[in-house]
Amino acid sequence: MYRLTTRTRAGTATEIAVLVVILAGLALPAVTTRGVIQDLFFILTMLTLAQIWNLLAGYGGLVSVGQQAFVGLGAYALFAGVILLDWDPVPAILLAGLAALVLAIPTAFFAFRLQGAYFAIGTWVIAEVTRLLVAQRKALGGGTGISLPREATSNIMGTDAIRALFGVREAAARDILAYWLALVLAVAVTGGIYWLLRSRLGLALAAVRDNVDAAQSVGVDVARLKWAVFLIAAAATGLTGALIFLQTARISPDAAFAVTDWTAYVIFIVVIGGIGTIEGPILGVLVFFALRSALADYGSWYLMTLGLIAIVVMLFAPKGLWGLISARSGLHLFPVRRRLAGLKIEGGI
Amino acid sequence: MLETHGLTANYGQFRALFGVDITVAAGECVAIIGANGAGKSTLMRSIAGVIRNAAAMVVHRGEPIGALSSAEIMKRGIAMVPEGRRLFASLTVEENLLIGGQARKAPGPWSLDAVYQLFPVLRERRKSPGTALSGGQQQMVAIGRALMSNPELLLCDEISLGLAPVVIRDIYAALPKIREGGAAIVVVEQDIGKALAVADRVYCMMEGRVTLVSKAAEVTRRQIHAAYFGEAA
Amino acid sequence: MIWLDTLVQGILLGGLYALFAAGLSLVFGIMRLVNLAHGDLIVLAAYLVLMGVTLLGLSPWVAALVAMPLMFALGWLLQAAVLNRVLGKDILPPLLVTFGLSVALQNGLLEAFSADSRRIPAGTLEGASLDLGQVTVGVMPLMTFASAIAAIVALNGLFYHTALGRAFRATSDDAVTAGLMGIEPKQVFAVATGIAMVVVTLAALYLGMRANFDPSIGPARLIYAFEAVIIGGLGSLWGTLAGGIIIGVAQTAGAAVNPEWQILAGHIAFLTVMLLKPRGLFPRAVD
Repeated sequence: MYRLTTRTRAGTATEIAVLVVILAGLALPAVTTRGVIQDLFFILTMLTLAQIWNLLAGYGGLVSVGQQAFVGLGAYALFAGVILLDWDPVPAILLAGLAALVLAIPTAFFAFRLQGAYFAIGTWVIAEVTRLLVAQRKALGGGTGISLPREATSNIMGTDAIRALFGVREAAARDILAYWLALVLAVAVTGGIYWLLRSRLGLALAAVRDNVDAAQSVGVDVARLKWAVFLIAAAATGLTGALIFLQTARISPDAAFAVTDWTAYVIFIVVIGGIGTIEGPILGVLVFFALRSALADYGSWYLMTLGLIAIVVMLFAPKGLWGLISARSGLHLFPVRRRLAGLKIEGGI
Repeated sequence: MLETHGLTANYGQFRALFGVDITVAAGECVAIIGANGAGKSTLMRSIAGVIRNAAAMVVHRGEPIGALSSAEIMKRGIAMVPEGRRLFASLTVEENLLIGGQARKAPGPWSLDAVYQLFPVLRERRKSPGTALSGGQQQMVAIGRALMSNPELLLCDEISLGLAPVVIRDIYAALPKIREGGAAIVVVEQDIGKALAVADRVYCMMEGRVTLVSKAAEVTRRQIHAAYFGEAA
Repeated sequence: MIWLDTLVQGILLGGLYALFAAGLSLVFGIMRLVNLAHGDLIVLAAYLVLMGVTLLGLSPWVAALVAMPLMFALGWLLQAAVLNRVLGKDILPPLLVTFGLSVALQNGLLEAFSADSRRIPAGTLEGASLDLGQVTVGVMPLMTFASAIAAIVALNGLFYHTALGRAFRATSDDAVTAGLMGIEPKQVFAVATGIAMVVVTLAALYLGMRANFDPSIGPARLIYAFEAVIIGGLGSLWGTLAGGIIIGVAQTAGAAVNPEWQILAGHIAFLTVMLLKPRGLFPRAVD
């Protein structure tokens, strides 16, 4: 008897380790400072964006340069929910996912007609259009931006419990809440992508990435698959955007729709870490953060270095750092490749 | 003038040539025949530098050229008529011809006028886009394009493929005139009769190896049959 | 006659966008390279010209002439050392590399020149205008437009009437067969990017003389340039001019209705054209 499996010993070990890390991550605010929590929040949200972009480009072949549309719109949907509808910020985050999803439908309808480079530029233009339209909403601060009102941020759902639990002030409690939500989102997105890639759908996705025509000829509905991936990615990006700006409590069109912050850096993270793997973005975001911390005092040199490192990695290690590591060690922490198990292959292939 | 020494070539994991040795003397016409997949085109592409090899595997005038780029090899005087003609779609017929001679300026019999004399129909169509021509006319452009650099060796890869017999006859009628100009020619052919009619010597290939070398005038049907299909002669 | 004025101003503005886009169009047409650093390279060239003016005391025109060979060399080097290595069927590697270059350039310029707005002094030309009866046009926009036409005529002449242009087109059609013609595709690409950088310098001259610039404005210029190229269709320089004009007219028309709609109207025009003709108005060849 033999069967197809994606299971490996390293994979099982990872699953256990991840579970431990998640539990530790949830308990972390009890023992650490607010600064660490803020750093982790940054890492987790960038990781989520990177995993999503990796799903789009690394697995789905959809090289979007317009993800800032969903970050920005999601964030603004949160602010609209809180300011215009008087919602509590936590449920308003769901509004962000919905808004991004709704924007993704016309975006996909338009952009899927375009190929390759045209697709990339098309998504960017749509992000610009969204930014300009949002900047005209005077009720949300217009072009200069707006802050979450004091009343809304002072009594967010759950912060009282956090204050009681950890004995912290309200601002710190808000950071802890945002951190927890970011942790849940990062785990859900990473886990969701892991699950997706191991499912039959993941196999179809791999087939589409490798050869669209061949995939079509064996019965993969390429168009529907791309739609599904794009819409899910948009909704998750919207949720992340809402979280990011819930934490800063202030928004402006230029910040929320920044192509550099929400697309360029995210692409750097994915590529430096290793595109087309789940491990890559995790490693990439750690490098990104380490670089940021190490060069924080040197102003824009840090960003210049980041750009140059991205170029060097693409030239000399196009599969990223994780590609180098797994080529040397054969390690796959999140195995998504199918292997034959239970069969001794004799004589080679 | 040109020799290959133990030439091997791979397409990724798949090996297409296993140690091929051929020689071409100055002014000579050599035919390479063999079934589909025997490695004939791979051999042509290796000599022309489209597939790069170890330097010593291809020797031209005593110098190793196996590792050179196709552009460098062309500038040494080895021009190729590629399989499938491969005319440039955004260039007119005349531009297709001109581009063949712009990177290498060598003295010799071939010029725009000389090519138009060889294939008069091209002069009438000189302003047309290259790809608007019939298959046979496109093949004439591809040959003329290679001649424009006045090569000392002309590699012709499957120049009769997909053409009507009457057109093939016209194209093959040009080969002796090209030889008169002094160029050596290697023709890769599936049509054995055509190949033997123009060639001095013939190589037969099978599964990436040379299985027969002979003077074209002396080779027998039985020998070819054996070399083609691998049966004992 | 307000709409006639809007139309004329829009067409002239389109000239500026076409000038931004011409180099991009050349590179995109020949090697399908999406250069996301194009806008930042324009800004870099603007600083080069500015330095020629302020440090060497040259007139802007002479400074641009001096900057052109420098930019050509930079483009040649960039293509030969970096971009040639990432060209291929997959658009992601060049996209990432030029994104990296864009971020590095922006921040490098920020370190070198600070975030302050600068302007290339154009002397008396700055506010000069011509009264054409129905409409009044600025001399500077008129010169920009004329330069755009001149650049496109020159590039087309190069492209269709020289051996180099033949090599460009042949390489773009089929790089392998071009190699058989003795043409090194990588050298051709390096020269093409060098030429694109010469056009970029011309664009930078007008960018810097007409308005303030700072290290961060590249991407916005880039997006107009890309829109112009894509509207026009791959590989058509006159198409690029048409694309620039469409965006320019849409912007001035939008601004005439409501100043906040200026940039939005340009993008909407682009999206509309893409919906109707996903391959642009004048696509050259099948891709």
